[in-house]
Parts: sequence; structure tokens; C-alpha cells
Amino acid sequence: MPLSLLFYFAALIAVGSAILVVLNRNAVYSAIFLVLCFFSLAMIYLLLEAYFLAVLEIFIYAGAIMVLFLFVVMLLNLGREKALPHFMKFQRALSLMLVILFFFGVSLIMVVGSGELHQPTIKFSSGSVYALGEALFTKFLLPFEVASLLLLVALIGTVYLAKRKI
Amino acid sequence: MDLSQYFTSSDIAGITPEIILTLTALVVLTLEMARVFRPGIILLVAASGLVLAGTALVQGGNDDKILFGGMLYLNTFSMFFDFLYLFVGLLTLIFSQGYLEKMGSETRGEYPALILFAVIGMMLMTRANDLVMVFLGLELLSLSLYVLVGFLRHNLLSNESGLKYLLLGAFATGFFLFGAALTFGATGTTNFSGIASAIAAGTVLSEIYLYLGIGFLLIGFAFKVALAPFHMWSPDVYQGAPTTVTGFLCTAPKAAGFGAMLKVFMIAFPEAFPEWQDIFWVLAVLTMTVGNISALVQSNVKRMLAFSSVSHAGYLVMGILVKDIAGVSAVLFYLIVYSAMNLGAFAIISLAEKDEQSLTFKQFRGLASQNPLLSGALAIFMVSLAGFPPTAGFIAKYGLFSAAIAKGYIWLVVIAVLNTVVSFYYYFRIIVNMYMRDEKVGLQPSTGLLTAGILALLIAIVFILGITPGYLLEITVDVATAVS
Amino acid sequence: MIVPLEHVILLSLALFSIGVFGVLFRRNAITIFMSIELMLNAVNLALVGFSRYYDSVDGQVFVFLVMTLAAAEVAVGLAIIIALYRNRQTVNIDEINLLKN
Repeated sequence: MPLSLLFYFAALIAVGSAILVVLNRNAVYSAIFLVLCFFSLAMIYLLLEAYFLAVLEIFIYAGAIMVLFLFVVMLLNLGREKALPHFMKFQRALSLMLVILFFFGVSLIMVVGSGELHQPTIKFSSGSVYALGEALFTKFLLPFEVASLLLLVALIGTVYLAKRKI
Repeated sequence: MDLSQYFTSSDIAGITPEIILTLTALVVLTLEMARVFRPGIILLVAASGLVLAGTALVQGGNDDKILFGGMLYLNTFSMFFDFLYLFVGLLTLIFSQGYLEKMGSETRGEYPALILFAVIGMMLMTRANDLVMVFLGLELLSLSLYVLVGFLRHNLLSNESGLKYLLLGAFATGFFLFGAALTFGATGTTNFSGIASAIAAGTVLSEIYLYLGIGFLLIGFAFKVALAPFHMWSPDVYQGAPTTVTGFLCTAPKAAGFGAMLKVFMIAFPEAFPEWQDIFWVLAVLTMTVGNISALVQSNVKRMLAFSSVSHAGYLVMGILVKDIAGVSAVLFYLIVYSAMNLGAFAIISLAEKDEQSLTFKQFRGLASQNPLLSGALAIFMVSLAGFPPTAGFIAKYGLFSAAIAKGYIWLVVIAVLNTVVSFYYYFRIIVNMYMRDEKVGLQPSTGLLTAGILALLIAIVFILGITPGYLLEITVDVATAVS
Repeated sequence: MIVPLEHVILLSLALFSIGVFGVLFRRNAITIFMSIELMLNAVNLALVGFSRYYDSVDGQVFVFLVMTLAAAEVAVGLAIIIALYRNRQTVNIDEINLLKN
């Protein structure tokens, strides 16, 4: 199945670039790898037939959010993060160990217990803009309106905090 | 297309309080933009918006309503919390009068507007009947709080605590959302009753997803209400935030967190609950012990109160663990009393505070001889926080402990009582500093008439609920019956 | 579905873990923020997978709302970082340590 191969390829890129985001000392490189991660996720969304979300992933995350990140990184002129002091090594090793433990623990539980999972047979059609739009303005009307309040609060807060003279 | 199954005019009528608050916030912002340079006017508008929302709430009646096709579920439980938020919001606005100028910042219309938005977020959290709504309410609240905590934007402490709060809050949101996603995956719905019926019918996709989902949701909530071991952010944030915001932060949002947690665990996961009892037991013990032990060694009063609020959250978890009518009504009673005590304590500290200094115990020395009334009030709040009769703090603790004993959690209550005894030390340390040590005082609190009146009201609440708690107890039992 | 659901969820879990690791291990506020974005993306991926599995649009609307939140949070967060930087020229959280007992 070439399409499923495409999924694993995108998944590999996503995981690889995510690791590079986290390990890179230079914030600019991290941001670039994060964009790569977002693109591979968008590809996965396409493969999962969530077409509109794939577009949004690129527009919002790769387009708006990452540009904001890069803008701030460059505005503040953040170079390489300073080398961590020696005692930090322990903390680093500990957090890595904990997270690996967490990942394997949880995936073990999932893999061991996923016997009853089955494959859906219905043809999927809800990824279209039409279906999403209809849901947003009917069943999810209230959440949609509250989301606008969320953006309003963010707007007020950002202007208040970041503007030099208000 | 027939839209009436999704929303009708009665749905819109159900969210009248939220609409009023939103409009008030917009009016406040417009006044700010129009440069109406009278901070009193802006505060007055915001306060009247809160009062108006309260009136609309009373008008709406207290019968059960399901709004927007199952997004919100209004009953006496949500109404109880709505009134608590409105009350705390109103008092915070009154106490904040003049505080920002004192701390070297200008008074801005954004401050009351953000408090109004936070109140809307909390209302949505406890009215929610769907994980999507809980999430949105939680985030509306959190975003407003991030900005409020960092509101003194030229003050490094405030910036720092805003950043820490935001990073850990967003981290917690990640956990909450992953939990919500897994719960959705297990049951195919985000609606509380849908989740409950899927679990009851045994049609979950996989038990593993469900349990992981509940676990992640619990971690998210634990971060937001600062349960140990997820409380690390709270002392730093409480210390650095403007004191009036700290008073708000440790009362209403904590109540909202507990309210939403109660609703999620009692309505959505009633079946899955027994297996989680041990975890709540451990969380309760850990939270109260860690909070109390850490509070002992603090020298900054705001940090001490932060850890004290962590330990109070530990007592509250006992009520969730008990989960019957007695337990839930004890939690509700405790939340009211706890809010009154902490609001009062933080209000007095904000009055005493001066620009650019950290509030240590030493600075309270000799305050009693200089300002006996305020010191007396602070002492009363401390005695009540410690849980001595005849204050309300005693009745609140007694209610929780007896509910736990009735369910057979003897050891838990023993640990809680020991913790209470330990807490006497740090609450009385501040009283001893005020009364016993005569020195030149560093603090010069000044009180307006309105603030003094509100403080007197809070003291009256603490005593009235301590001596005749019957009336409020009846209400909380009613409310608890509505939810269980 | 082109791949088993568990594979999608495992990928989402892997991304989530990497994000958690980033938050715990990095010292730079901006990189921590990017790690949080990774966590939110992992959530989105899980929601899309489940939504595909159930053939329901609910999960996708949830993703839509999470994206809204992510944008709002990033804006506020970066504003706080700018305000902090203006007062104190650093974004390393080890150097931001005034709040002590």
C-alpha cells in the first residue's frame, strides 16, 4: 500500500523533526524544524481525509504561529543558548529517562490492551469544509462564539503587555 | 435546515449573564479607549455589570436546563458557583481600587475587563456539560489570568510570575487536552452524559484509552488547582502577581477548578470512579502535607499563603474522594468560607503593601499598635484559616472531616487533623509578629471607607457561618443533591 | 483508514512525549513554548485520528478550537516574553529567579 507507506514516511519526518526542535540549541533552527514537523503533520491530516484541517495546519501553525515565533526570536536577537552548567547534566538525563519511561509505559499499555480495536467500514466524508462549517454553526455554535472571546482576550492582553507606550 | 434542535431563543436567554458580562467588558474597554480618565467610573461600570449579571441569574430561575444541544447544563449546582464567582469578582474589583497606582503602574480599563472575562470563563466551566466547553471556559479563564498576573508590566517580579504561570498553565492544558482527546477516542463523544452512557453500556473503544484519558484529565486539573506534586508554580505565581490578583487567583479559579472536576468525575465518569479512589487518597494526603510543611519554612507572607492554599486544596480533595452528598456539600461550604477568608487576608495584605518591597513576616511587627483594626481583622482571618471555633473555618473543616469519617477514611482524617495542627504554627506566626513584637513598623496601611465596609462584611460572614452555619448548609446540601 | 488507528495514536503519543521532554529539559522560554506547541499538535493528531475512526466531525471541530487556543496562547506568551525581555534582557528561565523565599 503506497498510501500507508506515505503515512509512515510522514510520521518519521514528524518525529525526527520534533526531536530536532527539542534538542537544538539555536531557537531559529528549532523554529524551522517545527515548521517541517507541521508540514508533515499536514500531510498526515490529508491522508486521514481531514482536508480543511490540513490547510489550517499550514495557514495557522506554519504561517501565523511560526512567523510570530521567528519574529520574536529575531526581535530579541536570541543567539545560541548558553552551554548548560555542569550540574544540569543530571537533570537532563533524569528528564530524558522519565519521558522515555513514560512513552514506553503508555505505549506498552496501549499495545497490550488494543486487542479489541477494529477497523471502520464506513466511508468517511466529514473532512470537507462543508461538514466542518455546518457543525461549527449548528452543534458547536456556543464553543465557536466562546472561541471569539478567547481571541479577544488574547488581543487585549497582547496589546497591553507588549506595546511600549499605551 | 431546522436549527431549533441546536439553539432557540431560550438557549440565548440561558446565557444572559455571560452576554451581560461580555457587553460590560466591551463598554469598559471603550471607556478606556475614549480616555475617560476616572478610574472610579470604569470600576463602577464593571461592578454594576457584575451586579446586573447576578440579577439576570436570579431572574433566570433555578430549574434544570440543557442549552445549545447539550453544551451547557444549568442547575442549582452551576448557579451556586455562578454567584460565588460574581461575588469574588465584585470584591476583587473593589479591593483593587487604587492598588495599581500604589504599585507604580497606571490604572487601566483592561484590568476590570479581564476580570470580567475570567468570570465568564469560570461560569462556562461549571455550567459546561461537554469537555469542549470545559476546555474553552478553562482557557478563557487562564488567558485572562496570565495577563492579570503579569499586569504590572514594568515590574520584573510580575513579568516573571506571568511567564511562569503561562508556561506551566499551557503545559497543563496540553495534558488536559490529551486526556479529552483520549476520552473522545474511547467513547466517541465529548458530551458528559454521552460519555457516561457509553461507559455504562460498555461500548468504549478501549478501556486503555478511557483510563489514560481520565488520568491525563486528572493531571490537567491537578495542575490548574495546584495539587501536589503539580503545585510547583503556585508559590512563585502567588508571590509575583499583584496582591489583589493573587487574592482573586486563589479563590474563584480554584473553586471553578474543583467545581468542574466534581462535575466531570460525578457526571461523566461515575462508573470509572471506584478504581480512582486510591489516587485521590494519595493526592489528598500529599497535597495537604506538602503544602503545610513548605508553608512552615517561608519568610514571605504571600508565599506562605500560597502554600497554605495548596494545603487547603488537599482538604478539598477529601470531599471529592468521599463523593456522597455530605462530602460534596462540605466541599461547597468549604469553598465559600475559604474564599471569604482568603479574599479578606489578601485584601489586608494589599493595603499594607508598599511599592518595591517583599512582604516578610518581620515587616508585620508592631502593626497592631499602629493599626489595631486592620491587624484585628487579619488575625481573625488567620484564626479562621487555621480552623478554630467559633469561626467558619472550623465548621468547614469539621464538615469535611466528618463526611470522610462517615465513609470510613479514618486514617485520612487523622493525617488531616495532624496537618491542621501543624498549620497553627504559620498562621499564628503572623499574629505573634503583629501583636507581640513592638518595633518600628515598616508598613503603613491606609483604608478607604468602602474597603473597610467590605472587610467588615467578610468578617461578619466568617463569624455568622461559624456560629449559625445552618442556612448555608441547607443550601449546599440542596445543591449537592442536585448533582449526585 | 489507510493505517490502523493505533499507529496514529502511537505517533501522537510519541510527539506528545517529545513535547513533554522539551518542556522539562529546555531552559529557554521560547523553546519551551515550541515544545508546548508540539504537545498541542500531538493532541490535534489524536483528535483527527479518532474523528476519522468514528466518521464524526466533532473531533475536527475540537481541533479547530485547539488551534484557536494555540494562536491565542502564543500571542499572549510572546507578549509576556517581550515585556520581560524589555525589563531584563534574558529569556532563560534559570536566570529568571527573583521569586525565591
